[in-house]
Amino acid sequence: MKRRDFLKGCLISGAATSLGAPSKSWAVGSFEGYPDAMGVLVDTTRCIGCRSCEAACNKEQKLPEPDVPFDDTSVFEEKRRTTEKAYTVVNRYDAKDSQKPSYRKMQCNHCNEPGCLTSCFVNAYTKTGEGAVIYDAKVCVGCRTCMVACPFNIPAYSYSSAFAPIIKKCIFCYDTRLKFGKPPACVEICPREALTFGLRKDLVKLGHERIRATPDRYFDHIYGEKELGGTSWLYLSKYSPENIGLDETVGNEPIISNVKEFLGMVPMVLTIWPALFSGIHLLATRGKDHDDAHSNDSEQKDGKK
Amino acid sequence: MQAKWLWLNTVMVILLLAAVPGTSRGISVPDTITLDSQSKLYKPFKFDHAKHILLVKECSNCHHHTTGTLDQDPNCVRCHRNSNETQVVSCRGCHQSDPFSAAAIKEKNRKIYHLDKPSLKAAMHRSCIDCHDKMKGPIGCQDCHVYTKEGAAFYNTGEFAPKNKPAKGGHGGH
Repeated sequence: MKRRDFLKGCLISGAATSLGAPSKSWAVGSFEGYPDAMGVLVDTTRCIGCRSCEAACNKEQKLPEPDVPFDDTSVFEEKRRTTEKAYTVVNRYDAKDSQKPSYRKMQCNHCNEPGCLTSCFVNAYTKTGEGAVIYDAKVCVGCRTCMVACPFNIPAYSYSSAFAPIIKKCIFCYDTRLKFGKPPACVEICPREALTFGLRKDLVKLGHERIRATPDRYFDHIYGEKELGGTSWLYLSKYSPENIGLDETVGNEPIISNVKEFLGMVPMVLTIWPALFSGIHLLATRGKDHDDAHSNDSEQKDGKK
Repeated sequence: MQAKWLWLNTVMVILLLAAVPGTSRGISVPDTITLDSQSKLYKPFKFDHAKHILLVKECSNCHHHTTGTLDQDPNCVRCHRNSNETQVVSCRGCHQSDPFSAAAIKEKNRKIYHLDKPSLKAAMHRSCIDCHDKMKGPIGCQDCHVYTKEGAAFYNTGEFAPKNKPAKGGHGGH
């Protein structure tokens, strides 16, 4: 009778833990960014596709020589993505109605709650108070989970390195500029101020003000204000964001919201379950040791036959 | 009597002159302006101000309300309908060359108007290129800016162009 009560108690408490853990408030998924985080407002209506930002990034981050010169516009023939040699690339998006094409610079958007950071099991990533998502290359084991986790397909991989490949991506010029309150190299070189640097909270206001003042110029939406819990880099465009290759299906929930319930269960499964089920097993098989040994013997005999 | 009239006339002329915008008086309106703020990467070039005055005629197209003529932007006119000519009319007199320094960002936050004033570089490139685009003027980067040696190296172009082209035959090839 006593043993039955104990088992019953075990089952009830186990069920309570497994159900209770995920429904706890984890205080993640509601983080709206550091108050003094910087950001960049990308006004794609101003960009003329000069690729100066690509050149500036290449020099600032001491990246290898490009395949083609930075003033070669033939690269717009295809849609490029960020690589280990280029932390930022500009792509051209042709308008449907014989209007002028749009250009959009692509780089890490420095999410308030980065998917890459969430997914990294060695904790290589850090979201700094200045708003940058940086990573420790010494810690990176090259597992590429962050490449899968990033909703913007940003982290690139040093496939060229045979022995110690690691992740490569834009770090908002954190080490050389942002840390000292300076704008990233791409922003500084942009001839038309398509890139505006400032406090993220101010840029959100500024973006809405631009839309209000010149409604004909803009689609009424700042991409990145709410997407995926908010990003440090924000985008204004003439037409809806999908027209400049921005994914509108990402939703406003940060990546961590999709996995926190599952991740919340992992410690419980790893710590409580082994003890719980070992206990159940030991209790259930108590006093049956002799029988087990006997049946094993018989099985072995059966095998020999 | 004569002397008195002469004195009064002189005063009148001075007063009238003061009421006429400096631009109309031909005072300090340069015919050419050498643009060299990006001289590290590009060779300085001469902006033909006189030619643009003849072509555009309307000062406010570039100088907003500062030359004393009515601004073209209805948003600006809300305040600057009757603005007089200002002391400074040059681009760099109002547009900063370092708009994103910590001090500049702090300063911006204190402002009520002119919140989104572009930097000197942006003001020129937006004003020039947008108008050139409309008026079929030259809009290519190299049409105005000739690289210095450092500039060519920065953009990996000219003598610094990548030697080893990718095997796949480059971009947009046949």
